[in-house]
Amino acid sequence: MALSREQMAKRVASELKDGFYVNLGIGIPTLVANYVPDDISVMLQSENGLLGMGAFPTEDEIDADMINAGKQTVTARTGASIVDSAESFAMIRGGHIDLTVLGAFEVDVQGNIASWMVPGKLVKGMGGAMDLVAGAENIIVTMTHASKTGESKLLSKCTLPLTGAGCIKRVLTDLAYLEIENGTFILKERAPGVSVEEIAEKTGGPLIVPDYVPEMAV
Amino acid sequence: MAGFDKRVSSYEEALEGLADGMTILAGGFGLCGIPENLIAEIKRRGNRDLTVVSNNCGVDGFGLGLLLEDRQISRMIASYVGENKLFEQQLLNGELEVELTPQGNLAERVRAGGAGIPAFFTATGYGTQVAEGKEVRDFDGRNYVLEQAITGDIAIVKGWKADTYGNVVYRHTAKNFNPLMATAGKITVVEVEEIVEAGTLDPAEIHTPGIYVDRLICGTFEKRIEQRTIRA
Repeated sequence: MALSREQMAKRVASELKDGFYVNLGIGIPTLVANYVPDDISVMLQSENGLLGMGAFPTEDEIDADMINAGKQTVTARTGASIVDSAESFAMIRGGHIDLTVLGAFEVDVQGNIASWMVPGKLVKGMGGAMDLVAGAENIIVTMTHASKTGESKLLSKCTLPLTGAGCIKRVLTDLAYLEIENGTFILKERAPGVSVEEIAEKTGGPLIVPDYVPEMAV
Repeated sequence: MAGFDKRVSSYEEALEGLADGMTILAGGFGLCGIPENLIAEIKRRGNRDLTVVSNNCGVDGFGLGLLLEDRQISRMIASYVGENKLFEQQLLNGELEVELTPQGNLAERVRAGGAGIPAFFTATGYGTQVAEGKEVRDFDGRNYVLEQAITGDIAIVKGWKADTYGNVVYRHTAKNFNPLMATAGKITVVEVEEIVEAGTLDPAEIHTPGIYVDRLICGTFEKRIEQRTIRA
């Protein structure tokens, strides 16, 4: 069975380490915050300038001056700090964020990522995504393996305008966890009950399948 | 004798000199920390052919979205234009020119502008559309794109409180682009919720020193919330 959005978030959360500073993008990445293991502590960075994002506020706590990068009202957790936008991106560009998780439309075997624009459709802007993929060392892309019409999103070459070039090494889809190395995808884990054949069939770019591909624990 | 006293007595006076064709730097992220009264005053003044530099362009009927209603903006430099129907319509009609800039580049370009740095190299956007036509240099085996600084004729900024000398403190994430925009305007206008006597703020707590601030005014704010999210 393909992973649910929640299961994908849970799998990504297993990559978190105690003391990590983490930036989570919109969508599935946001859900990762719900699965932080109880025995570790992480600090979530929101690129509008909040390092240490907490839970959503109660009705009484709502504050128009306290939002995250998705413009949602939030709170600050213990040990949080708030900075201006240039400093927020200095943290990102300077490689200080331990893990970045973001969504994408396409990823290819050169580590290119396309996530911000579909030609012919209205372009709303890249926000902080280009800075995040260029600045972070440790990035996990989360997306479905194939589109609703069955077209692979893991390609030899991205077809959509890029968000970043040569910056992606790890991808979690609803079917598999893969890494990118030397111009190929490497199948590392498969979703429980999903066959290697199905993954290979839905992967557009070159794929190396090791002799043993474990099922992921979710 | 005004000395360092930056206070002006009306919004009209705060934006005196704003003319058609000028570049405006506007603080705020989404609707958080936007100089909402100064924007409303620009609408009232009716200046046209403006270039606006801001992370977003407000929403329909509020914030910078107000300036789209009378087609006062001809060019927008932003990272995310978001859910704004009028913006979409004017963009598709060709009435509005938009330069989409990665958010971190936007912040750094304005910071550089205010700090007298004409350009800088960044890895952001290398190999993408935003790097097209720009100089690329290799430093230690990695490619970087030359990005130019941004300055403006007038910066409009929203602070929380300020002293009469124009030393400004921001509140929570309403800080965002505000301190950056404040440094990069030929004229910087700051509106705040409270003005206190000089000497009452701790010098070490000041986010924007008065040296960057030309005009200061106290206003009342609606502070509209874009995404009201609560926990049960």
